[in-house]
Amino acid sequence: MVDLLSVINVGLFAAALRMATPIAYASLGGIFSERVGIINIGLEGMMLTCAFTGVTASYYTGNPWLGVLAALLVGGLLGFFHAVLTVKFIGDQIVSGTGINIFALGFTAYMSQVIWGSRGASDSVKGLRAVSIPLLKDVPVIGRIIGTHTPLVYVMILATVLSYVVLFRTPLGLRIRAVGEHPTAAETAGIDVLRVKYICVTVSGMLAGLGGAFLSLGHLNLFAWGMTGGRGFIAMAAMIFGKWMPFGALGASLLFGFADALQMRLQALGLLPPQIILTIPYLLTVAVLAGVVGKATPPSDYKPYVKE
Amino acid sequence: MTEGKRSINDLAEGLPSAFLPKLGLGLRKVLIQVVAIIFAFIVGAVALYVTGYSPKDAYSAMLRGAFGDVFGIGQTFTQATPITFTALAFLFAFKGGLFNIGAEGQFLIGAFASALAGISFNGLPPFIHIPLALLAGAVAGGIWGFIPAILKAKFGAHEVITTMMLSYVALYMTGYMVNYPFKAPGWVAQTVPIAPSARLPRILQPTQLSASIYVAVVLVVLTYYILRKTTFGYEIRATGLNPTAAENAGIDIKRGMILAMVVSGAMAGLGGSGEIMGVHRRFIEGFSPGYGWDGLAVALVGGLHPLGALLAAVLFGAFRSGGMVMTRVTGVPLDIVFLLQALVILFVAAPMLIRSILRRGGIRW
Repeated sequence: MVDLLSVINVGLFAAALRMATPIAYASLGGIFSERVGIINIGLEGMMLTCAFTGVTASYYTGNPWLGVLAALLVGGLLGFFHAVLTVKFIGDQIVSGTGINIFALGFTAYMSQVIWGSRGASDSVKGLRAVSIPLLKDVPVIGRIIGTHTPLVYVMILATVLSYVVLFRTPLGLRIRAVGEHPTAAETAGIDVLRVKYICVTVSGMLAGLGGAFLSLGHLNLFAWGMTGGRGFIAMAAMIFGKWMPFGALGASLLFGFADALQMRLQALGLLPPQIILTIPYLLTVAVLAGVVGKATPPSDYKPYVKE
Repeated sequence: MTEGKRSINDLAEGLPSAFLPKLGLGLRKVLIQVVAIIFAFIVGAVALYVTGYSPKDAYSAMLRGAFGDVFGIGQTFTQATPITFTALAFLFAFKGGLFNIGAEGQFLIGAFASALAGISFNGLPPFIHIPLALLAGAVAGGIWGFIPAILKAKFGAHEVITTMMLSYVALYMTGYMVNYPFKAPGWVAQTVPIAPSARLPRILQPTQLSASIYVAVVLVVLTYYILRKTTFGYEIRATGLNPTAAENAGIDIKRGMILAMVVSGAMAGLGGSGEIMGVHRRFIEGFSPGYGWDGLAVALVGGLHPLGALLAAVLFGAFRSGGMVMTRVTGVPLDIVFLLQALVILFVAAPMLIRSILRRGGIRW
């Protein structure tokens, strides 16, 4: 029992914030996509491809920030591609997303063999360095939890605030939400529905890309096969749990991040076999989807929009 | 993020019902699938060329490996067998309006249950032991399909996320089983061999092709029959096509949904059984190279028709068996195969994209 309690300390909460970051990015991405009526089941693959892209760019340039930039671009590209398939060509959203997920696994595994000659993991690259926030880092307890992280953690919090402001406090946000809820009415009001969809799904990919870049460059400093481990799907659960609201999704991401951090610490403790402990985040996701959400009302009916 | 029913219908209409009796329209639709595959190979060739490999060498090695001799053909059908099961699993749930993308989990759970049934009994005659072990796999897979179904029916939990999450749970759970309680002595995480009486015979020595393929073919016919000729199948299809109308017609759509997922899970589970009883003869950790994930792609490429699924499974089986030969001969990483599969899915996802590309090339239909 003493052992068990010893894992619950300040470090655990700091780790929870760290593990919540990639999930929070992807769930913000999910919100932007679903708010305009496009399901983005491809978040997982977009994260994975961008985790790889980030490491590759850092490997060749020696600059992890160029890696983040590359991940942002590739994420946007994949988001745009999903939009082309589902908005322009009215392809099925789930099939397109699943295609992107399988593409990501194949592409990253293939390329990491071409570049590093290994399917399992890339070479180590220069990753993002943690920074300490002056003053904040000196606050007792809180400072040790949120005072020192890689910048992408703080960017994630800024992105959450910004997403909230854009979506709910600006005319642009009103348009975005109108496109998801009432595309026909939005078009009548003079909004270019298809354009708004393209933009938001592209932004969705970029956010997932940042999540992927954090996973590889802000965390392990290398790319490993399938390193997203279902986090894109967990992010979708976080989005639903958070009722498609940025702060709600952040809260849910923190919960999942906590489960992830706890899981790692319990593994280190060695009380239970690792396979049992590894199921915790996935079971929690299923439980959250089934139990707490109950009747979550999505912000759109996700029907394809065809101009008259 | 609840239903997406509409888009499912669009897909069902947009995709060809391959090899249906009504040719005229059917043939044109089959053509789209074929073009999707060709496009995928073209994009794949570009990827190979850019990364410094010869597309011609790679593809010809793949083709020779998959169909060049009896051994290759045997291995192709060996690989096609499990993905026929998982494709049928995806197809059956899809007809009921559900995206079961977690066939991998149901496949693993079914495989493990069959391994247990194969280990636990000794001295049974094969004509009892084999059906028993198959049944164990089907029931276990069915249970793994039931969980997301009941969660969806009762609480509206989206099956795309839950089936995916439960696949991870199945992966780690079976991993636990073969690393701890059921681990055979030695270094490898595997169970002891199943009793000889639970083995499905190999039917084309020295390849690993086993009688599991007979089960697969029977299941193809059975799936077609159930969906087309029985009231149960009619209810499933009605639920998938238009739940509101089905409900108005007095069909219990929740029941239909749950049953569709249970049958789907059982099919995937049987696929796992076949691998254990026919190919590996024990449960080895990591024995599945992702057969469950192939199911969706195979079902879609097969035009969501059981017979189409069987044909597409042979194609994807050829990808895998030919891919291994390609890797050995030319050194091209095997993962190019999964890249090709993903490209096929993406092209198949949007038939309108293919039409538009063809139109730009001056081909109209």
